[in-house]
Amino acid sequence: MLRATLLKRLAKALTAAGLLAMAAGALAQKTQLLVYTALETDQLKAYQEGFNKVHPDIDLKWVRDSTGVITAKLLAEKSNPQADAVMGVAASSLALLDKNGMLEPYKPLNIDAIVSRYRDKKNPPAWFGMDVWGATVCFNTVEAKKKNIPKPETWKDLLKPAYKGQVVMPNPASSGTGFLDVTAWLALWGDKDGAGDGWKFMDGLHQNIAQYTHSGSKPCNMAAAGEYVVGISFEYRANTNKAKGAPIDLVFPKEGLGWDLEAFAIHKGTKHLDAAKKLADWASSRDAMLLYGKNFAITAQPGVAAPLANVPRDYEARLVKMDFTVAAENRERVLAEWNKRYSAKSEPKKK
Amino acid sequence: MSAVTLRTMVVRQQLHWSERLAEMALLLVAVALLAFLAAPLGAVLQQAVENAQGRFVGVANFVAYARTPALLGSLWNSLWVSALVTAVTLPTAFGFAYALARSRMRFKGLARAITLVPLLAPSLLAAISLIYWFGNQGVLKTVLTELGVEQIYGAPGIVLAEIFATFPHALMILVTALAAADARLYEAADALGTSARRKFFTITLPGARYGLISAALVIFTLVITDFGIPKVIGGSFNVLATDVFKLVIGQQDFRRGAVVALLLLAPALLTFSVDHWVSRKQTAMLTARAVPYVPKRAPRFDALMSLYCAGVCVLILAMLGMAVFASFASFWPYDLKPSLQHYVYGLVGAEVGAAFVNSLVMSGGTALIGTLLVFSGAYLLEKVQGSQSGGISPMRGVRSLLRLLSMLPMAVPGLVLGLGYIFFFNAPANPLNGLYHTLTLMTVCTVVHFYTTGHITAVTALKSLDAEFEAVSASLKVPFYKTFWRVTLPICTPVLVDIARFYFINAMTTISAVVFLYSPETKLAAIAILNLDEAGEIGAAAAMAVLIVAANSVAILLFMALSRSVDRRTQAWKQP
Repeated sequence: MLRATLLKRLAKALTAAGLLAMAAGALAQKTQLLVYTALETDQLKAYQEGFNKVHPDIDLKWVRDSTGVITAKLLAEKSNPQADAVMGVAASSLALLDKNGMLEPYKPLNIDAIVSRYRDKKNPPAWFGMDVWGATVCFNTVEAKKKNIPKPETWKDLLKPAYKGQVVMPNPASSGTGFLDVTAWLALWGDKDGAGDGWKFMDGLHQNIAQYTHSGSKPCNMAAAGEYVVGISFEYRANTNKAKGAPIDLVFPKEGLGWDLEAFAIHKGTKHLDAAKKLADWASSRDAMLLYGKNFAITAQPGVAAPLANVPRDYEARLVKMDFTVAAENRERVLAEWNKRYSAKSEPKKK
Repeated sequence: MSAVTLRTMVVRQQLHWSERLAEMALLLVAVALLAFLAAPLGAVLQQAVENAQGRFVGVANFVAYARTPALLGSLWNSLWVSALVTAVTLPTAFGFAYALARSRMRFKGLARAITLVPLLAPSLLAAISLIYWFGNQGVLKTVLTELGVEQIYGAPGIVLAEIFATFPHALMILVTALAAADARLYEAADALGTSARRKFFTITLPGARYGLISAALVIFTLVITDFGIPKVIGGSFNVLATDVFKLVIGQQDFRRGAVVALLLLAPALLTFSVDHWVSRKQTAMLTARAVPYVPKRAPRFDALMSLYCAGVCVLILAMLGMAVFASFASFWPYDLKPSLQHYVYGLVGAEVGAAFVNSLVMSGGTALIGTLLVFSGAYLLEKVQGSQSGGISPMRGVRSLLRLLSMLPMAVPGLVLGLGYIFFFNAPANPLNGLYHTLTLMTVCTVVHFYTTGHITAVTALKSLDAEFEAVSASLKVPFYKTFWRVTLPICTPVLVDIARFYFINAMTTISAVVFLYSPETKLAAIAILNLDEAGEIGAAAAMAVLIVAANSVAILLFMALSRSVDRRTQAWKQP
């Protein structure tokens, strides 16, 4: 009798220990995915929570920086890759990584719901888009009135002498927003290895530029605070600033708006391919799109995003035609040319 | 008889054993500095002379650099801006130091305390504040325009902000230089009826000349290697320090980054050697017979000096005050209603709260580890003599090496050190690779970055202790660590508190080295401020900078309380 209870107790203890061990095992099995991203910090948290609701067993670790920096970092680590996946980085950058053979093609569960021009043409695709972000000009009406500066309607308006020293734009080498502007202007008016009219436009614009900023948000924030009158930025930042009560108008230049995709890809050689695929499946899902739609007017799955208050309904129709493969192929040359022409913007020379 | 022999043998063995221990400890400190200072610097040098494939290319990278006109422009910008800041800060700080040391103006303590404000803030606070004062929406923008300056962004902003940031550093050196004056010279001059002007130019200035040289060099080096200020207010005005960042972080071009980093090392090394030479000369200046100078009452002169110091203090407070004011303004410049939204956005929205915790942890760790390491190093160098018997000459080599390594960090700009840490610790073959991106490595990096100042403080304190303590202990066969624990350490605790405070405050505000080493989990508050500014959230950036000042002020008060209680416990013997 005594022995039986003892045995029972022993068995109970053993089961408990076994359960504990299993629990510990499960904890240890929690996969860690290293994800490189250029998303805003406040967006990251929402996406991580959304993903962990479905896959609590996968831990996302982020490495975040601006588009240019993340792209350069990924390229620099080509021979010794760290990232498992890339999420929320410009499609033009991902196309460049794909060209370098650094991406693992994968067809995520919801790929068919994604508009074809918002994903890689290949099958299976190397990358797919999450949402569209595009050029928007923030125009400070209060300061413009004081300085008697007219509201611009087109890109070419910005070449007028009235805007001298009043325009801020992001540096395309560090900012994805800056790069999509440059790509669009070159697509609209011609590149020709530095001889095209796109470059002529930028030469003229350079005369009116007060500063090239590190990030795509800063020009609109500067315009919102009246530091400068015109900030070339993107619609998310413009919309939030206007909603906060900044005295700005959102201008969508008539010639067409440059744009890029916040896109997703799996890094080739990842040791956690299954987990990365799960993240890809989630990132292409309608649930994820609903989260993207809180920040952006156009998501890769159509009809998900609620319209943003200060962005026109036909925003999508105003975007220029964009070929990511071409943009990727030219990226290095265009940036080198841009740096050569404009990076050493010195103080206005005194004559 | 045999019992006595046995005893002496035991004692000898013990002595031998404790000496070995000291040598081992010395070796350990030296190895630590080799691994965390010399090796990373070597890695920078190596990168600079290799091509992308890791093959030796000699000076090819430097030649390529010299052929890039944009980068050469930055070199020129860095040089003239640093020279200009030096030319302005030096006389300003000298005037202030002169007032403190040579006048009988009142409220000296308060004036001194106010000049310390810039040290409590990350250097970019000045830049942020200047944008609110003189930016295009600045309160005093019209003044700027009337002075013929088109905009604050660029050289004007950098120069003004750097003057603010370097002022306390120059002041500290100059106050010391002016305090050490021999009153007998002035008495003699007075007896000969020398004019005040002549006394100033023939006694005061020559007496302080080494302090002046040293201060000038320190200002120049601080400016040319500073990174936060040009990043925030530089606009499109490029300097060497921002170039390094753009090349390394922006374009991941490590080789060219290493070349520019070595260019930054050059002026710093020059400063270091000149300063070293100067400090040697200076020790011979004051003799033991010198009589300390005590300023006489001179109402007009004192009033003039008070006015001057008040002016400088107002300017310093205006800089801090504007940042505080702007951090509470709802929406500069359109809605100045006070609100906490920048604080809320910064701490919660941009997650600076977590970064703040990281900063506090790192600063605490730096204060603890730094003080321990610095003091042990200095103690082992100064107080534990290598045994006289032959056969241990290698230890003498280790000692000279440790001396050199302890002084070297002063000559190494944070940017260069941080870059070295990437090269050295991010190499997959390095067994310490696991440290990369951790708070531990950032702590170690900060300890090394500010090592020299702590070392000099510790050595000065230890030198002022009579060597008799050790001699007597040794003759009584007391092992060194007992003397250390019972005599040296208690006497030196106030100095330990000073070193810890110095480490803490600098770790809270440092950017230049750690900006290359953080990961999203280990972001620091000062870096978060830089990121907020990059994103254009300047209000939140101001708010977070103000929080750092507040945290550092609290820390200073705590350290003050600590040193009071330490004084009471360990320094009672000093009372008459």
